[in-house]
Amino acid sequence: MDGSACDILILGAGPAGISAALTAHARGRSVIVLGADPMGSPLAKAERIGNYPGLAGMSGRQLLSSMLGDLERAGIRRVTGRVTGVMAFGGSFMVSAEQNVYQARTLILAAGARQGEKPLPGEMPLLGKGVSWCATCDGMLYRGKRVAVLSLGGEGEKDAAFLRDIGCEVLYFDPTQAKKAEIKGADRVTAVVCGGAEHPVEGVFVLRDTVAASALLPALPMQDGHIAVDGEMRTGIPGVFAAGDCVGRPYQIARAVGQGNTAALTADGYLKERDK
Amino acid sequence: MSIRELTAENFDEAVADGTSLVDFWAAWCGPCKMQSPVVDAFAAAHGDVKVCKVNVDEQPALAMRFGIMSIPTLMVFRGGEAVKKTVGLSSLEEIEEMCR
Repeated sequence: MDGSACDILILGAGPAGISAALTAHARGRSVIVLGADPMGSPLAKAERIGNYPGLAGMSGRQLLSSMLGDLERAGIRRVTGRVTGVMAFGGSFMVSAEQNVYQARTLILAAGARQGEKPLPGEMPLLGKGVSWCATCDGMLYRGKRVAVLSLGGEGEKDAAFLRDIGCEVLYFDPTQAKKAEIKGADRVTAVVCGGAEHPVEGVFVLRDTVAASALLPALPMQDGHIAVDGEMRTGIPGVFAAGDCVGRPYQIARAVGQGNTAALTADGYLKERDK
Repeated sequence: MSIRELTAENFDEAVADGTSLVDFWAAWCGPCKMQSPVVDAFAAAHGDVKVCKVNVDEQPALAMRFGIMSIPTLMVFRGGEAVKKTVGLSSLEEIEEMCR
C-alpha cells in the first residue's frame, strides 16, 4: 500500500495526537497523523491558555501552530482529511480518508470531544438509505438529483461545491441551521426539515469534521459518550489506543498531552510484544 | 475462484444459480478500496460462492435497479433472488455470515 502504511496511525491532529506522534517517532516508529485541520478546533479559538506550564500566555492558535511545527521538524507525515472508515483486516487496520486508504499496525484515536455529538433525528435509521457521511464516496450516485448538505463542521462548503461540480442540485445548510435539521423518510430519504421548512431531497450528506469513533469502530466499548480506556490508554480493541478529549473530561490540554504520550508508549510496547 | 466484473448485460445470467456475493464499488470511493481486499480474501477461501463486482460508475442502471445509495454495498443472491444487502464496510466474518 505504498507510502500509506505505518506502525502507528494517529487519528486527530490536536495536542493528544501530536504528543503521541512525537513520542512514537522518538521511539523509532513510523507514524502518520490523520485528521481535520486543527485550526478549526475549539482550541484554536482560545484567546489565552492560562493553565499549561511554560506557555507565557500563548493563544490556542499559537500553541497549535507551535505544536504543528514540532511535527514538521520531526519529519512526521500529517494528512488533512476526514476519516470515513476503519476496519481490522489481517492483523492490521485499514483506514480510509476521502479517496485514500492507509494501513497501520496500531491506531491511536485522538480526534477530540466533538465526537460525542448526537446524531441528527433520522440520521442513523436512514444511513445508507439516502444519508451519507462521505460526499466523495457517494456523490456520484446522486448526479442529477436534489440533495441536502448538512454541514456540521468547517469543511461542508467544499463538499457542497464538489457535489455541484459533479452535477447534483445542492441545498446547503450551514452549521447553525444544520444542527437543528431533521431527516425524514421511511425506507429511503424523502426530505430534510430545516429552518421550519420541509425540503424534498433524495439524498442528505451529513458532514462533520470528524466522524465519531464509535461509528467507525462499532465494537469499540464506550463509557458515558467517551471511548473507554484503561490507565495505559488501551481501548477495548487490541491494537487500538485513545487519548485526549475523546476519552473523557476534563477537556484540558495538559491532560491530552500526557495521555497522548502514554498512548504512544503503550502502542510501542504492544508492537514490541507482537514482534517477539 | 476468480472474481467476475458484472454489467447490466450479464448480471442476471451470472447470479442465476447458486450463491453469489456482489460488491458494488467505484474507483473514487476510499472505503471501497478497503472492502476490496476483504472480498478478495473471501473469494479465495470460498470457492462455493460466486464473487462478483459491479462498478456503479460504469453501471448506473444496476445501481439504480438495486437501490444502491451508498458504497460499498454488498448483496447476496441465491438462485437469482436478492436475499441480503449491507451498506458500509463489512469484515471477513460478516461476509461469511451473510453468505452462510
